[in-house]
Amino acid sequence: MQTTNDHIVRSFTDDLNDLSAKIGKMGGQAEAILVDSTQALIKRDADLGLQAIEADRRVDALDAEVEAAVVRILALRQPMAIDLRVIISALKIAQALERIADHSKNNAKRALVINRAPPMELVKSIVRLSEVAQNMLHGILGAYANNDADTAIHIRDRDEDLDLLYEGYFRECLTYMMEDSRSITSCTHLLFIAKNIERIGDHCTNIAENVYYAVTGDRLGSARPKADPLSAEQ
Amino acid sequence: MADGERFNMEAAEAKVLVRDVNVFYGEKQALFDIDLDIGRNQVTSLIGPSGCGKSTFLRCMNRMNDVIDGCRVEGSIKVDGDEVLDAGIDPVQLRRRVGMVFQKPNPFPKSIYDNVAYGPRIHGLVSSQDDLDELVQTSLERAALWEEVKDRLHQPGTGLSGGQQQRLCIARAVAVRPDVILMDEPCSALDPIATARVEELIEELKKAYSIVIVTHSMQQAARVSQRTAFFHLGVLVEVGVTEQIFTAPRDERTQGYITGRFG
Ligand SMILES: Nc1ncnc2c1ncn2[C@@H]1O[C@H](COP(=O)(O)OP(=O)(O)OP(=O)(O)O)[C@@H](O)[C@H]1O
Ligand SMILES: [Mg+2]
Repeated sequence: MQTTNDHIVRSFTDDLNDLSAKIGKMGGQAEAILVDSTQALIKRDADLGLQAIEADRRVDALDAEVEAAVVRILALRQPMAIDLRVIISALKIAQALERIADHSKNNAKRALVINRAPPMELVKSIVRLSEVAQNMLHGILGAYANNDADTAIHIRDRDEDLDLLYEGYFRECLTYMMEDSRSITSCTHLLFIAKNIERIGDHCTNIAENVYYAVTGDRLGSARPKADPLSAEQ
Repeated sequence: MADGERFNMEAAEAKVLVRDVNVFYGEKQALFDIDLDIGRNQVTSLIGPSGCGKSTFLRCMNRMNDVIDGCRVEGSIKVDGDEVLDAGIDPVQLRRRVGMVFQKPNPFPKSIYDNVAYGPRIHGLVSSQDDLDELVQTSLERAALWEEVKDRLHQPGTGLSGGQQQRLCIARAVAVRPDVILMDEPCSALDPIATARVEELIEELKKAYSIVIVTHSMQQAARVSQRTAFFHLGVLVEVGVTEQIFTAPRDERTQGYITGRFG
């Protein structure tokens, strides 16, 4: 998130820039983990999976750094208006990124298990889900970097596509399991993977709402249509 | 700012209606076309950079500008419908209804008791010594000072600490049962504990009075007030619900000021 470089106390601007840089770094790492965990599954590449699992620890560490920085800034600067919104949003965005990395790590672990079973056609459809999530994440990180509220709205609307894809995938898996009960173990893992990706989309939506709030000071209404009764838990 | 927002207070909620107020010190204009509602049983805070006209505005409401040579006030200020700026109005009576607490505590060089009793006496608010004693006590209680001074009521008010003196001045303001209390940076000379006491007191006082407070502390404005008005170069730039002003101000100048940016 860019901050105008005109605080009378210059170190305050530095604090905000550091915070923004940390979020940017976390975002980049969360993206890499999402990509690697998907590739670990598609390419049956255990090294990529282990790499994703390892990288998640760095995201956790960054999340802790963001939290410490936010607490420190709140205590020392007592921020107001846009500064306050940017700082509170940073805390929430960091939490969402931590969750995204965590879901991806979980997917990497499941990939390691699935990869020990014979290859399945069903694995490939995960790519489409993951790509939508990757695009959402990439897009929202760009919107965050550029204070772009309009893009944030678009990204949030994309979550619906992901929900529909997930619902389709859910049915596909069910059909598969009914036809071949030996596939149940792998299919169950795939279902969790798909569900995790769908949750990643929700976290991207969450980030989008925070970017929008930080930039504009207004809350996006929660009137986004929910197409999928299967994921209607919220 | 949308004009609608400035006027959107329900008539019953507004204690003071300020319309089109312009103030001049000689040739120099200090306030420009000020329109503002002061809510009943609410705290309104006035914020803005030094010299923007906050004290000038506060003084308009109880005609304290009258005593300043060359100061001219135009426009309309109504307290419960009564025009404050009418030439015919008695400033002494007005200042009973619209009390003021200044930045620097300014107790009279009299006893603690007499500081509080002075106003009720000259305004003839009580008829017996017992009533006066009671009024002094309740006023000091309201100002959260009674416990600290009840055993030395006849010692000089100037012998109290700064924070105690400020609460004494608040007790003095409250003693004449005003409708509106104006406070000009009442905590600027106080430590955090005394400041917290005064803020707690403001919270308490707003049940019975309408309060306008000038403060340079954004945090204080955010803590104590329901509405906040931002002044800049003699202009009322933005007024709104305090939470909105401090989380999402509409005007760039407000944002610049409260976030500590160059204007
Ligand atoms: N008695 C006076 N004679 C002439 N000009 C005055 C007088 N009092 C105030 N002014 C001018 O009017 C403008 C507003 O002053 P005012 O004291 O109302 O500002 P303020 O917002 O209360 O500032 P501060 O935060 O420093 O108390 C300033 O430009 C000031 O110089
Ligand atoms: Mg002043």
